[in-house]
Amino acid sequence: MGGSTQENLPPGGGEQPLIGPGHSYGSVTDKISAIVLTQRTTKGWYLGFAISFALVMTLMAAITWLLLKGVGIWGINVPVGWGFAIINFVWWIGIGHAGTLISAILLLLRQRWRTSINRFAEAMTIFAVACAGIFPLLHMGRPWLAYWLLPYPDTMGTWPQFRSPLVWDVFAVSTYATVSLLFWFVGMIPDLATLRDRAKHHVLKVIYGVLAMGWRGSAVHWHRYEMASLLLAGLATPLVVSVHTVVSFDFAVAIVPGWHTTIFPPYFVAGAIYSGFAMVMTLAIPIRAFYKLEDFITLRHLENMAKIMLATGLIVAYGYMMETFMAFYGGHAFDRFMIMNRMTGPYAVIYWLLILCNIVIPQSLWFRRVRTSVPALFVVALVVNVGMWLERFVIVVTSLHRDFVPSSWGMYYPTAWDIATFVGTLGLFLTMFYLFVRFLPMISIFEMRGLVEESGKKG
Amino acid sequence: MQPSTKKRPLYGLIAEFDNPSDLLSAAHRARAEGYRRMDAFTPLPIEGLAEAVGFEKTRLPLVVFIGGLCGCIGGFLLQYYPNVIDYPLNIGGKPLNSWPAFVPITFEMTILAAALTTVFGMLAMNGLPTPYHPVFNAPRFEMASRNRFFLCIKARDPKFDLKRTREFMQGLKAREVSEVEA
Repeated sequence: MGGSTQENLPPGGGEQPLIGPGHSYGSVTDKISAIVLTQRTTKGWYLGFAISFALVMTLMAAITWLLLKGVGIWGINVPVGWGFAIINFVWWIGIGHAGTLISAILLLLRQRWRTSINRFAEAMTIFAVACAGIFPLLHMGRPWLAYWLLPYPDTMGTWPQFRSPLVWDVFAVSTYATVSLLFWFVGMIPDLATLRDRAKHHVLKVIYGVLAMGWRGSAVHWHRYEMASLLLAGLATPLVVSVHTVVSFDFAVAIVPGWHTTIFPPYFVAGAIYSGFAMVMTLAIPIRAFYKLEDFITLRHLENMAKIMLATGLIVAYGYMMETFMAFYGGHAFDRFMIMNRMTGPYAVIYWLLILCNIVIPQSLWFRRVRTSVPALFVVALVVNVGMWLERFVIVVTSLHRDFVPSSWGMYYPTAWDIATFVGTLGLFLTMFYLFVRFLPMISIFEMRGLVEESGKKG
Repeated sequence: MQPSTKKRPLYGLIAEFDNPSDLLSAAHRARAEGYRRMDAFTPLPIEGLAEAVGFEKTRLPLVVFIGGLCGCIGGFLLQYYPNVIDYPLNIGGKPLNSWPAFVPITFEMTILAAALTTVFGMLAMNGLPTPYHPVFNAPRFEMASRNRFFLCIKARDPKFDLKRTREFMQGLKAREVSEVEA
């Protein structure tokens, strides 16, 4: 506590307020709704949107070529059949998890600081899951037959293999997408009503009015609404843990050395939250600067997120440590070879980069100076995003490329199409995010009014 | 407000307040006065307000529990039926009803059904979507989603009397009391 800090923190530490001084119900409403309704769309927005949209077009081209030629245009082959598609799938799904954590788990734990970041973290979840969902579909080779994964009485008289983690994945990811979407939309209903009431343009009024479904802020409605939010939070909490657990089962249920370990579920969940918070930070820092939201997304928010990143990063570090330890302690020749190959084999550079990005650099978050410096946090968050992607690369590729019989070893190199598809989903994610901040309230207005009330009582 | 211009039937009287505590005490006083059919409209949830306007308890948790239970049973049967009844495959004598492998999907289906029940149950109980509601006719009601707090006593309240109820409401620290057309 108390050290010198960059952005005018009150001296002596202590709890900093969650919202800047001098705000009232009205000013909070006006400031957030103005971003959508009255502020002019800036050149920066158009530029960012144009770049992101160009990347979406790249994605479309990559997918079209894939559908014409098949998965042979990617770098996958025996023995590495999973490659970029599965790496990116796991990475994107993981990113989504912080949104659910912020909106559900922190709600149950009554962490009021979640209020100003939960809305766009939830939006981030949905967009990340949408990007994630593309990969396994394309990876199937014949995406137009994707519905074969669903259980329905088909004319072939067969059923999906319900004992396979890949089918569990279908249920887990589609449930996660549905519940996240519901949670996000329900959370937005009162704010959509605010936009309906404040929109000047007739067409906007009608659109927001239809979306708000006639919400009028009745006391009885609020009562049921709050109950519903609490129930959804209670349901989403075990769900988010189960989703990445099931994703880790895709690996852990197989007998490949490097995958077949019981530590995978907890370590995947921690890694998911780790990368998710890094992504929230990556998005929050530019947004608060761009839209001048420092009053709402304060340094305290950023510092709290940095602390969560530090904690989950340590769990991930423990996971890496245990993997290595068990490889030797387990006395299994293939496991021992796998870990040595990871650290010293052809992909060793990637492994050590991963350790650098995920374990070494984030230790700087122990220092309050780093946690309260916005540029430093932004850099650490980007580094963790990269690190978590590398982690998935190491898990997928180094485990598969040299498993049991040396005669079937091989190398994996991504092709230009792999990279185009990945970068394309980054564009898709950003495009959806640009549209979101432009057309929907990116901070929960009615929950921010609740914070005004609190700080009003204190001062 | 000009009471004489009203031609359409009356929905009720609405009072506008500046802050939640005035509204809350007004609701308590109206209840003590014997009014039963009323509602309050606020830009944020206010602790205890639903009870003050006479709302007892929501059955939403029970409905969600039933929804979740249906999802749980349905999810399990979804796997039991193909594996045991419709398409039994004997693989090395392993049991057909290998329930541990069915746990993840059963769990996901439980959550999915419960979440859908929560959202659609909440909307249905609240009567949303509502394309038309008389309370939107109240003057400045668009401020109910910004920073104003409203209390409405409905005309169908047995104790409602236009003159006396208006006088009562005017004594409640309200900024303004106005009539709402149905």
